[in-house]
Order: sequence, then C-alpha cells, then structure tokens
Amino acid sequence: MELLLQAFSWLLTPESWTQQGGALQRLFEHLGVTIGVVALSAGIALPLGVMIGHTRRWTTAVALLAGAARAIPTLGLLTLLGLALGIGLGAPVLALLVLAAPPLLAGAYAGVQAVDRAAVDGARSVGMSEAQIIRSVELPLALPVIVGGIRSATLQVVATATLAAYTSDTGLGRYIFSGLKSRDYPELIAGSLLVIALALLLDGSFALLMKRHASAPRSDLKTTTTSPGRNPS
Amino acid sequence: MKWLNQNVGSLLELTVAHLALAVPAILLSLVIAVPIGWTAQRLRWARDPALALVGVLYAIPSLPLFVLVPVVLGIGIRSSANAIIVLTVYATAIMVRSAADAFSSVPLEARMSATAIGYSTWHRFWSVDLPLAIPVMLAGLRVVVVSTVSLVTVGSVIGIPSLGTLFTDGFQRGIVAEVAAGLIVTVLIALVLDGMCILAGRALTPWARAAEAR
Repeated sequence: MELLLQAFSWLLTPESWTQQGGALQRLFEHLGVTIGVVALSAGIALPLGVMIGHTRRWTTAVALLAGAARAIPTLGLLTLLGLALGIGLGAPVLALLVLAAPPLLAGAYAGVQAVDRAAVDGARSVGMSEAQIIRSVELPLALPVIVGGIRSATLQVVATATLAAYTSDTGLGRYIFSGLKSRDYPELIAGSLLVIALALLLDGSFALLMKRHASAPRSDLKTTTTSPGRNPS
Repeated sequence: MKWLNQNVGSLLELTVAHLALAVPAILLSLVIAVPIGWTAQRLRWARDPALALVGVLYAIPSLPLFVLVPVVLGIGIRSSANAIIVLTVYATAIMVRSAADAFSSVPLEARMSATAIGYSTWHRFWSVDLPLAIPVMLAGLRVVVVSTVSLVTVGSVIGIPSLGTLFTDGFQRGIVAEVAAGLIVTVLIALVLDGMCILAGRALTPWARAAEAR
C-alpha cells in the first residue's frame, strides 16, 4: 500500500508528466499507436467483413480463422516479428494489426449477416442495387454490431500496445519495463495505473456511444446482436 | 531443430509450469462463475450490475494487472499465486457472462416441472439446471481455455516461468527456433485442452447425441 501511495505521488508530480519522455508524451504515443493500428486494421477488415456478410460466402472459414487466431499468444507473435524486423515500431504494429483483425472482421460479417432477410429482399425488390443495399440497408442495421467489433479491437490493442515497449521505446509500457529493470516500483505502478485508466476510459466512451446510438429512433428496427469474441490481453 | 534437440528438457519443464498456472485458473473460474451466474439468473435485478462489473474487469489490460495484484495483496510479483489470480480474474469475467446465459437457456417448463414434482431448489440445481446449462456453458469454457492458455505467456515478461519464457529468452538471445517452439507448443496445448472440453461435454450430455440419432 505504501508503494501505491508513492505511485500516486509520482502521478501528482507535474514533472512526471511534462519532462522529455514524460507521461504526457507516452500517453499520446500509446493512444496514437492504438488509434493508428485500429484505423489501419479497420480499413482492411471492415470492407472485407461487410462483403463476406453480404455475400454470405466463406463465413464458416472466417469464423474458424477468427477462433484460431485467439489461440496465438501475442507476445510470441511480437517477439518473433521483433527478431525478424529488428528493434523498432514495425514488429509491434504488425503484431497489433494481426490482433485487431479478427474482432473487426467478426463484427462486420456477423452484423451484416444478422440483418433481417426480409429487409434485404424488400430493398432488392424495390430496385436497389447491391451497393445501395449495402450502403443504406445493411450498414445502418449492422452498425451496433460493427461498433461492438471496433470496441473489442480497440480494447485489445490498447492493452497489448503496452507490450510494444518490449521491442521499441514507445507508449506507456516503457514505464513497466524500465520500472521492472531498475526496480523503480512507484514508476512501475504509476505506469500500470495509467494504462488501466486509458483502457477503461476508452471502453467507457464506447459504452456511452453505443448507448446513445441504441436510444436513437433507429432502435425500433429489428437487429440481432451477436458479440464478436475477444481475448483479454 | 537443433535448438529443440538440445532443449527438450526445458521445453517439457516449461510446459508443465504453463499448465500448472492455466489449469487451476480455468477450474477456479468455473467454481466462482457458476454460482454467480446461477444467482444472476434467479435474481433479475442482480444480473445487469453483475454483468457490467465483469465487463469492466475484462477491460483491464493484463500486464498492468500482473503488476498491481501483488502490490495490493502483498504477494510476490513473480509468484505462481500472482499469475493464477490474474488469470482467474479474466477467466471468471468471461465465464460469469456465459454461465448467466447458460442458466437462462434452461427451458422454463423443465424447471417448473421439477418444482411441481417436489424437487428442492438444491436438488433441482444439480439434476435439472446444471445439466441443461452445460451446452451453453461449454461454449464459454472453450473460449476461457483458449484465451487463458495464451494469456499465461504475458506473465513471462515480469518473470513468471511459462512457455512465454521461450519468447522473452528467445528474443533476448536472438533464437528464432526458441520463440517458434514456444508459439507452436502454446497453440497445441490450447487445442488439446479445447478438445478435452468437447469430449467432456459429450460425456456429460449423453441426451444430446440420443436426440441427434433419432
């Protein structure tokens, strides 16, 4: 408990935040890596997932693949890529991209697939093109599940971005690794608290966003929600 | 291959250490989550707060938790107890939700019939609620097994021995074979334990196959 108090006093010291390589800079690095990786991964996985959900092809293969990806330990992937690519941001970013893809893909295809067939057939029968069906029927109805997938991916990436400091000097994980090495426990604990706070803040923002969306007038439309699987990390 | 030949002993040792952390955490999560899930299903008002709480637990990143649990509980940071507690937190977070869903999936008629012919709550739990909840609970348990086996490796970063030690050691010494061996064996253990869950599920729900055969 003594250590916890020291950690809090570290957190309350302005220099811990403002100095070169301080908590503020680390926090922004951490957030930047998280947002960048999720955006990049979403740019590939979401269109792919939506297409799979729309055509209903390869859904079993994707479900199996997403399940298998769960079994791969990220630290193993990270160190393997670290050995291949060397010290730097390349290995963690690549490992995090792989980590973020399954929940994004699962959210997109499950969400689109769960859209009521009657709505899709109705849209087709009034003469909508396939692109129009995706854009104005399937996407709006699938949005809650897709956002759920983005939420899962974001949480997983923000947590695992801590490990990025293992192969590069980036993000809040640095405090944990340097704290462990130099036995600077207050800094170690303060860094841990910051990562937890950041993760809970992001999760809370998503919860709020989804709640507001759910209470919008759209909520009377029928959607089936399936939560895409996620690993703790 | 050369690395493997020279290190079969340590690979086995770390595999045993890995299992000694993962298996207790998985079993503990079952023991903790089943009563909570059952209670959440019986007391409707308790369901949402309980699920919200496990949702928050689940959102906590694991590496910081590996650091904070020993500070708060006063146990050694590199102790097995630390790893088992952290792993149990995440496993329980998944399992509570799954157990609550599983008990809700038990048909109301089955429960009411049991009560009507005079089963006590205790007797009904063991002979009606629990067996009928197994299929849904098993799906949750399989997720728990696979993710726990993978999560154990994170502990190696702070010095808790497991197959993850092959990642940190292999990375520091630049031995690709060592990291690859750790990856492959970790995934294999997850697959084997997952398979055992499926077999156990079949043995525990003989009626499911009888219904299929008809």
